[in-house]
Amino acid sequence: MLSRMAENMYWFARYLERAENVARLVTVTTNLMLDLPRQVTADWGPLVDITGSREAFMKRHGEISEHRVVQFLLADRDNPGSLISSLTKARENLRTTRDIVPAEAWEQINRIHLMAQDKMGEALSRRGRHEFLQAIVGHCQQIVGLLGGAMSRDEAYEFMRLGRYLERADMTTRILDVRSGDLLVEIPSDLMAYSRLQWMSVLKSLTAYQMYRRLVRSRVSGVDVVRFLLREERFPRSLQACIRTLEEGLAKLPHQEMPLRAVAQLKSLLQRADIAALAHESGTLHLYMDELQLKLAACHNAIVATYFTLEPMAAHVARPHPATIEPVPPPVHSPSQAQTQRAN
Amino acid sequence: MSQQWREYLQPDFFDELIGPEGPRPAARPLLDLLSKLGPETLRERQRAAELEIKTLGITFTVYTDGNAIDRAWPMDIIPRVIAANEWRRTEAGLKQRMQALNLFINDIYGPQHIIRDKRFPEALIATSKNFRPQCRDFTPPAGVWAHICGSDMVRDADGTLYVLEDNLRVPSGVSYMMMNRLVMKHVFPELFENQIILPVDDYPSQLFDMLAAMSPRPGDRPCVVVLTPGIYNSAYFEHAYLAQQMGVELVVGSDLYVGEDDGVYMRTIQGPERVDVIYRRIDDDFLDPEAFRPDSSLGVPGLLRAWRAGRVALVNAPGAGVADDKVVYTYVPDFIKYYLDEDPILPNVPTWRCEDRASLDHVLRHLPELVVKPANESGGYGMIVGPKASRAECERFADLIRSDPRNYIAQPTLALSTVPTLTDHVPEPRHVDLRPFILSGNEIQVTTGGLTRVAMVKGSLVVNSSQGGGSKDTWVVETGDAEAQG
Repeated sequence: MLSRMAENMYWFARYLERAENVARLVTVTTNLMLDLPRQVTADWGPLVDITGSREAFMKRHGEISEHRVVQFLLADRDNPGSLISSLTKARENLRTTRDIVPAEAWEQINRIHLMAQDKMGEALSRRGRHEFLQAIVGHCQQIVGLLGGAMSRDEAYEFMRLGRYLERADMTTRILDVRSGDLLVEIPSDLMAYSRLQWMSVLKSLTAYQMYRRLVRSRVSGVDVVRFLLREERFPRSLQACIRTLEEGLAKLPHQEMPLRAVAQLKSLLQRADIAALAHESGTLHLYMDELQLKLAACHNAIVATYFTLEPMAAHVARPHPATIEPVPPPVHSPSQAQTQRAN
Repeated sequence: MSQQWREYLQPDFFDELIGPEGPRPAARPLLDLLSKLGPETLRERQRAAELEIKTLGITFTVYTDGNAIDRAWPMDIIPRVIAANEWRRTEAGLKQRMQALNLFINDIYGPQHIIRDKRFPEALIATSKNFRPQCRDFTPPAGVWAHICGSDMVRDADGTLYVLEDNLRVPSGVSYMMMNRLVMKHVFPELFENQIILPVDDYPSQLFDMLAAMSPRPGDRPCVVVLTPGIYNSAYFEHAYLAQQMGVELVVGSDLYVGEDDGVYMRTIQGPERVDVIYRRIDDDFLDPEAFRPDSSLGVPGLLRAWRAGRVALVNAPGAGVADDKVVYTYVPDFIKYYLDEDPILPNVPTWRCEDRASLDHVLRHLPELVVKPANESGGYGMIVGPKASRAECERFADLIRSDPRNYIAQPTLALSTVPTLTDHVPEPRHVDLRPFILSGNEIQVTTGGLTRVAMVKGSLVVNSSQGGGSKDTWVVETGDAEAQG
C-alpha cells in the first residue's frame, strides 16, 4: 500500500472523528448552560481550551462569549480544529482515496459537507443548534457504520482505525483534563448538585453517561468518572479501549515494532496511575493528562515515521529516523498536511 | 428510406450513418431499430444513460467551472458506426503512420539522418517547443518513444478520412471510449443482440502487456505504475480508471523518489519498492525538476537520470512530443516515404505552414475561410475557425500569426461529417471526429474504432471535450459483405 494512501486514510478518520467530537462537545455544553443556576457564570472558555486554541481565539476575538465560541468551534474556516475545517479536510483526504473505499462513503461525506455549509447559520442560534449538531453526529456515525459494514479488513481499514482511535483517545484525555480542572476546585456546598451536573456533562460529551450508569451503578462522582473514562475496557471511548484497538490494528501491519513500543509506553503509564489520588487534586490530574497527551503524540509520531515518511536515500531501510524527516509534500492544491496537527 | 431520415439529411455534409441512397449497410440494423423505437423511447434511454454515467462517477473536469471540478461525462446514445472493412484499412494506415513517427523521433534524438539528407529542415527542431535536448543520444527500449498515441481523424464532405493531428504526449480519452460502450450495453442491450459489434474492452490488458514489455528488468513480474498530476487534472478519472483496470498503483510525484542507485522507488508502508515502468500522465515540463522546469512540484527529481541510466521505462518517453508539433505534422507523409519507402495509406489534411513566406501571404489573405492553429497547443485552445470568427477576431489573430509565423499552421475549414444525434425533438446531424489510440511496443496495436467526439451545438465544428463537446459510442461492425460502405 502506498504511504500516501495510508496517510490519507489515517487523516480522513481523524478528521471525521474530530468533527463528531466537536459537534458533541458543543451540544453538551449548550445543554449544560440551560441547567446552570444564575449565580454560576456560564463559561465557554473551557471549550476553547479543550480544542487547544485559546491563543488563536483570543487574538481574533479578544473575549469569550457563547456566540463567539460557537462560531469559532463550528463555522470558522481559519480555525483548523473547527467543525467545518475538520469536515473539509476529512473530505479532501477521502477524495484521493475514493478508489479504495466504498463509493457510498464519498457520497455521504459530500452530503454532510454540503449540509454543514448550507445550515451552519442555524447552529449559531441556540434554537436550531441541537438539531443541526445531532444531524452532524448522526451522519458521521453513518459513515463509520457504512465503512465498518462494507469495507474489507485490509491495510487501508487498519489505518483508518488507527486514526479514529488515536483521535478519540486524544479527545477523551483533553476533555478530562480541561473539565476536571475547574470541577475539582473547591465548590460551595450549596452548589454541589451542580458539580454533579457538570461531571454528568463530561460523561455526556463522550456519550458515556448511559454506559457509566449501567457499569458503575453508583452516583456520579469525580473519581469514578475519571476511572471510567480512562480504564473501563468495556467502554469503547475509554483510553484503555482505544489502546487495545491500536494494539490490534498495529498487529496487522508490517514493521510495527516502533509504533507498538510507543503504545506500550502509553499503556504502562495508564496502568501505573493511582486514579483515586489523581482525581483528588486538579493539579496532579492535569500533570498526568499532560503526560498521557505526550505519549499519545509519541504514538502518532511513530506511526508517521514508520509508514508515511520514508528516508529517500536509504533505499533498503524501511524505517528512517523520525526527527530528521520533513513530511512528504502533499499533491498540489491539496490541503497541506503540515496544517493538520492541532496547535497545542 | 423512411421519411424521417429523408428530412434528416443535409446536402453539404457526409453523414456517417446515412448515404444519399439511404442507411449505409453497416448502420442499417441500428437505424431500423431506432426508427422502431421512436423519439420518446430514445429520450428515455438517453436519460437512463445520463443517470448511469452519474452513478458510475464518470467525470471530466472543465477548468473554467471553478469549484465544480467533477462534471458528468457527456454521451449521446446514438452510436457512430464504421464498417469493419473500412476500419481495417484505417488501422493499417495508423500503424504505418505510428511506425514512421517513432522512427522519426528516434532519428532526431539520434543520428539525424533525415536532416543530413535534407528531407527535414534543421531549423524546425531548433525552434520546436517540444524538442528536449536532454534526450539526445539515447535510445529507449525497442527504439519506441511514443508508446501511446491518440490520432484525431476527420471526414470531409467527399468522404475522405484524414488524419488531423497526432497526440504523442499524454493523449486522453481512451477510458471514455470504454465507458461509453459499457453504458450503451447497460441501457441499450437489444442493439447488441443481432449484429457483430467488435469489442473494445481489451485495451487495458493490451496496455498492461505493452507497459510490462518495456521493463528494464525482464523476467520478473515488473512493477508498473500510473503517474498522475493529481485529482485536479482534467483527466484524473481516466488515470484512476486505467490504474484500476490494470491492477497497478496510481501514484503522484511525491510517492516516488530516485535512489542513489538511480533506481526509482515508490514509498509504501512496507518500505521502498522498486518501480520498473512509469506510465506518466504528466507533461515533460513537469516531469523532473532537475532536468526540466525547476519549479515543478508534480514530478520526481532525478527521473530523467534514472531513465537515461536504463533503470526505469518512461511511457511515453520524454521528448516524444517533438512530433506532436503541428508543423512537424505536415511532414509525416514524407516520413512514411523516407523511413518506410511506402506511400501513406491515410492522407494528411492539406496544410499551410505560416513560416513559409508564400503560404503566410495566402493564409492572411484567406483567413476568413481557414482554420488556424498554434503548433503546440492541444484541447482546442488558441485556435481560430475563420468562417465562425468576426472580422475583429480575424484581424487580431492575423497579428498573432505575423508576430510568430513558425508557431502557426492553417487548414481549409473541413465540412466535418455528421452522425444523427438526439435533440429535444428528432435526431439531427451533428459534426464528429474520431480519436483512435495506437499502442507501440514490440508490436503496434490499434483500438477497435476509438473515441468519437461530437459537437453538441448545431452547426458547431468544435468537438473538444474541454470545449464542451460530447461523445458517442463507436462501433466497428462486421457486415459480412466485402463491399465498402456507402
